[in-house]
Amino acid sequence: MCSQVTTAVIEFSGFLISVHPEQLNFCGIYRVFETLLPEGWQWLAFGLGAFSLAFFVVNSLIAVGAIYTWFERRAIGRFQSRLGPNRWGPFGLLQPLADILKLITKEDTTPSVADRPVFALAPIILLVPAFMVFAVIPFGDQTFLGRLNIGVLFIVGVTGINTFGILMGGWGSRNKYAILGAMRGVAMLISYEVPMALAIAGVVVLGGSLSLLQIVGAQHVPFILVQPLGFLVFMTAASAEMSRAPFDMIEAESELGAGYHTEYSGIKFAIFQLGEFMAPLVTAAIATVLFLGGTRGWDPVPGPVWFVAKAFAVVFFLLWVRTTWPRLRVDQIMGFAWKGLFPLALLNIFFVAIEVVVFQDADTGMLIDGSLWWMAVTNWILTVVSIIVLANVLGQSRLKPSTPVPSQLANMGAEAD
Amino acid sequence: MYGLGIAKAMAITLKNLVLPSRLFTVHQYPDRKIGLLGMAKRAETNPITYIMKNPLEAAKSLVGLVSVEDRLPQHPRFRGEEFTWYEQRCTGCASCAKYCPLGIIRIVTEPSGDFVSEGDKYAIEVFDIDIGRCMFCGLCVEACPYDALHMGSGFEEGRYSRSELIIDVDRLRSAPKRPSTWFRPQFEAIGYDPRSDGEIDWHEAGRHQKPTVPELEDRWSNR
Repeated sequence: MCSQVTTAVIEFSGFLISVHPEQLNFCGIYRVFETLLPEGWQWLAFGLGAFSLAFFVVNSLIAVGAIYTWFERRAIGRFQSRLGPNRWGPFGLLQPLADILKLITKEDTTPSVADRPVFALAPIILLVPAFMVFAVIPFGDQTFLGRLNIGVLFIVGVTGINTFGILMGGWGSRNKYAILGAMRGVAMLISYEVPMALAIAGVVVLGGSLSLLQIVGAQHVPFILVQPLGFLVFMTAASAEMSRAPFDMIEAESELGAGYHTEYSGIKFAIFQLGEFMAPLVTAAIATVLFLGGTRGWDPVPGPVWFVAKAFAVVFFLLWVRTTWPRLRVDQIMGFAWKGLFPLALLNIFFVAIEVVVFQDADTGMLIDGSLWWMAVTNWILTVVSIIVLANVLGQSRLKPSTPVPSQLANMGAEAD
Repeated sequence: MYGLGIAKAMAITLKNLVLPSRLFTVHQYPDRKIGLLGMAKRAETNPITYIMKNPLEAAKSLVGLVSVEDRLPQHPRFRGEEFTWYEQRCTGCASCAKYCPLGIIRIVTEPSGDFVSEGDKYAIEVFDIDIGRCMFCGLCVEACPYDALHMGSGFEEGRYSRSELIIDVDRLRSAPKRPSTWFRPQFEAIGYDPRSDGEIDWHEAGRHQKPTVPELEDRWSNR
């Protein structure tokens, strides 16, 4: 590891310190510690380097998440003709700080009948996957931590862990609302994993690799254009995965109190909230990499800026959907997963697989730009057709309003007179 | 066609976000953040002139640091807290305390000084009104025979403990005299508004015009 000679991130020469931002990855930081430590202490340099990089990444993610809470509340306020938090700091920008301070200073209560280890572990298990996903997201030409060649598999596996967090939170609380919310939430999360994984499988077929860097490299045409059906299924399933409106069954306020975190307070509740607000950022990062072309863009603007801009667009769309749509019923949500999204995801992977076989170059197995555009045109038509057909098969008769039957009691008053 | 309603709903929320005319059905209280345009409008200039004149204020308003007081519109007859009390008019008869349905007014008087004679009034020692239990029915004001006690016009009485909600005599003495015009037609006759107009003197608070000196002489001495 780190065998190639790289210049250190920070060079000390007298009092002058020069920073090389292009080396701000694990190898660069490892070099810094290696030059500072004596011979034979490479293991310590390795540990310190890994720790400092993880420290940097996790803290910047927490900061971004905190700012995002402010943004989400302000934007939703405007969407709904309200104001949102605006008292503390310019435009209310210090509101996240105030929230965190309030939650930290509050008493951290545990119910006396709670399953204590499970209760205490649940927030951490919910939050950690959100950070782990960012280890493999390519923000630039490189990833932060791991150059994994099975990044897609890693993402699908790691994001599945938060199901455990929710179930543990609900079970450990020993509260009927918590366990109800957790159980129906887990049923929903597991159901929506299936169409999401199938939509990602379409991307893998098209990109020809499980490595996120290679998927980004394969997107000469962004995959949102090549397989719009997959993007639709992915976004729907992902917004269900992060259990936000219109799929916020887990903590349906009007039905369940606060759902799985009813019994939580203090710093544990803060961690739950942070995990919940990190979810759209994670989803936006994954969607950007898989469907929007990651760091690809036009030249004068650098790649990371493109990445952030695309991720912001996805976040904004998720916000817009959240603020507009009402919550669905439990049976509607489950039916939509298995009867709506599941067939659509299967159709998508079916179309894409056939097209890849038809269009790919016989010798190299590669797809050229022209064939990608042809696939885009075909797939848009197929998307519209399949959605219309499925909607007619599924819902036409049920959506018709039933004819009202006059009540037997309607004219009783008139007869009595 | 499926999905049309969804698109319509999303257009409505987007309109809320973008169009300033649809903003803020929620009223912000007690003050309101205003931007550069609002500042210029208040100074009755156009924004560019305003930036030229007060660049510092303009910059602060652009960052969102300027807030102006924004009172809720309110009727002059509003029955609020902060009872207005004129010591000069009060005789210490304690009618208000007797008529109060909750019994939250407590009055203790003592004869004022040594030269007490028939018709002289009493000095008020204690005048406690526990507005934490008050329901603002205004019966005390109706009962006052000399128009000494009036309803107030405020409503911002957030406190940390109930004991702070008791208005004592010192606070009644020192409070600004801005009586509500509820049950006081003499204030409405002169078009008095406790929110915008100034304080009212005890001479003007009476139900009748203050008699002039010749009138008093006609009434009492010239007969």
